[in-house]
Amino acid sequence: MPKVTFPRMGESWRTFKMLLEDLGNEVVAPPRPSKRTLDLGVRYSPEFACFPLKILMGTYLECIEMGADTIVTTGGVGPCRAGEYAMLHHKILKDIGHDIKMIVFEPPRHYPLNFIRNVLALNKARVSIRGIISHIKRAWRKLQALDNVEKMSHVTRPRELTSGNTSRVYRKALEWIDQAYTTPQIMEAEAAALEALKNIPQDPQRMVLKVGIVGEIYVLLEPASNLEIEETLGNLGVEVERSMFLTGWTRDNTWNETTEGMTVKEAAAPYLPELVGGHGRDSIGNTILCAKRGFDGMIQLAPFTCIPEIVARTILPRVSRDYDIPVLTFFLDEQTGKAGMSTRLEAFTDLLRRKKLLQARTNCVTG
Amino acid sequence: MTIKVGIPGALLYYLYYPMWRTFFNELGVQVVTSGRTTKNILDQGTREALADACVPVKLFYGHVMDIKDKVDYLYIPRVVCLNRRTVYCPKFLGLPDMIRYSIKNVPPIIDVRMDTRQGRFAVVKAYLEIGKRLGAPILSVLLAYLKAVGVLHRYNRLLRKGWSPVQAMDFLENQAGGADFDGSAKSGLKFAVLGYPYAIYDSFISVNLIDKLRKYGVKVITAENIHPALLALQKNCSLPKRLFWTFSDRALKAAHFLFNQNKIDGVLHLTAFGCGPDSLLNKLIEMEAKKHSDIPFMTLMIDEQTGEAGMTTRLEAFVDMVRRRKEALACRK
Repeated sequence: MPKVTFPRMGESWRTFKMLLEDLGNEVVAPPRPSKRTLDLGVRYSPEFACFPLKILMGTYLECIEMGADTIVTTGGVGPCRAGEYAMLHHKILKDIGHDIKMIVFEPPRHYPLNFIRNVLALNKARVSIRGIISHIKRAWRKLQALDNVEKMSHVTRPRELTSGNTSRVYRKALEWIDQAYTTPQIMEAEAAALEALKNIPQDPQRMVLKVGIVGEIYVLLEPASNLEIEETLGNLGVEVERSMFLTGWTRDNTWNETTEGMTVKEAAAPYLPELVGGHGRDSIGNTILCAKRGFDGMIQLAPFTCIPEIVARTILPRVSRDYDIPVLTFFLDEQTGKAGMSTRLEAFTDLLRRKKLLQARTNCVTG
Repeated sequence: MTIKVGIPGALLYYLYYPMWRTFFNELGVQVVTSGRTTKNILDQGTREALADACVPVKLFYGHVMDIKDKVDYLYIPRVVCLNRRTVYCPKFLGLPDMIRYSIKNVPPIIDVRMDTRQGRFAVVKAYLEIGKRLGAPILSVLLAYLKAVGVLHRYNRLLRKGWSPVQAMDFLENQAGGADFDGSAKSGLKFAVLGYPYAIYDSFISVNLIDKLRKYGVKVITAENIHPALLALQKNCSLPKRLFWTFSDRALKAAHFLFNQNKIDGVLHLTAFGCGPDSLLNKLIEMEAKKHSDIPFMTLMIDEQTGEAGMTTRLEAFVDMVRRRKEALACRK
């Protein structure tokens, strides 16, 4: 019986584990990336490959140690490097002597056959087509539940009375959703989780800043790669709104583009009319949209040497000036330390808070 | 007063400048180019560009800074795809926007989009649009385009014969020079130099790599010297997927072709610090080189700090190593 694994991206692994088990596979759930994951990844990856490749390399190696022999992952159509990574990972793993199978999902819009073939290859339990569709639907619902609960935690964390409460409740809530299996159960778990988060004692008087986070999808979605930036910001009294969640991204990249995706593109057009791969254009578009919605600041997260984000980073100062919104960029790699990042975040939020207070005061005088 | 169009001497300059120059000249437009890289240009670029950008892009910034005040327009086409298969690096795709929004007082940029995936005549249409912007009649634009394509063919033929871009450009411009381009190959060594045209042919940023090798009596082959048909025959180089980027794809194919042909004595890969596509390409070439252990392989990394002495030492060592190895093998036979 083959043992299947897949890349870890935030909490989404709970969904993929359920889906793959439903299709009759034995699953090795990828562990949370640790120092060791990184060390392994760095040792076998090209030096200047971007951070996500190295983390994934390490994750795969750890999963192989745990007995996995098949990797399910996504491809891409470029021009961002990520589209070639599955191929490179496979070649490197073979080169160091691991004979594993790689199942790469390309965007079904461009390669429908590839999608069908891969699903059939993973369908070990010989589930009927209708069965597969219902399994996917249920998994999708679970993914939405996970995203919704995470969004809620971003709202409550900066307002909690005792720090650490939200993270504790959130972790518990994740387990509830993890345990839920049928659609009604998932919905019930989601409702309970949202309720529990809402019931955390909050301080209504606190001045909460609103900061948007844009950037490359992997470092955005995997807290281990961005040193839990959302939690750090939440504890600094900042409500975070992330521009990207896995459900949103999947919708934009599988069948049709959503209206949200189109708005982002449109917003970015005056500054960057071209798709530069990855999420460079989205970073610019979302910054503009957030500025229009009155956010206090933006943070751009990108892996070191990420090409699309460098293009975006070059243009962002101009956007920042035109829309009067401060932007802070982090280029992340295996050398980035949590203390340095916290210091910069503290300074940034300090500036934002002062700017906000100053604006409030001038409004009082004039108004 | 004639219109002046500026063409920065970096990136696509090394592949298309003769064509662009002809096109603009035919329309009665004066072309101003920043020409070869100097220390000053590099310093200016390093100062203006984002620190995380790669050297070729920084260099492009420098070239733009050098000519932006002398011209009415800057010509920075958004070249997306020219062969219906591979695209250029994301930094090429965003280049006009990067320049426009991060340098102060840039003249208007002619940033026509060229993407042959949109249709057979996409490139012609792009040139017609340039003509329209410059206010030239359609017929003369078409004629200028045809003439420019002719020049490009001649230029590419010269490159394939082993001329360096600078020599070929000089030749096309003045119908003179050239001749002594073939290093006379004293030692009988033949090296492949892989890398992107804007890195290996820029003698300043590559620290004169090709000329140095020729001085040591080494014959140099680059991807531009190989006939495109031979490269196309390499298919996907036994990978499940082709590399997305035009230059990387070409370099990998050239590597594959040269390794398999087994007529070269060494392979050098010149890469720029922080180059995104190269992080993959280098690993793929390295793994290919492992299969051909009789052909030594070395990676040279350049950035804005690269010094002449360090480069010379490494090159000399590599050439010596390959030469001794070859002599030893010859003796054993």
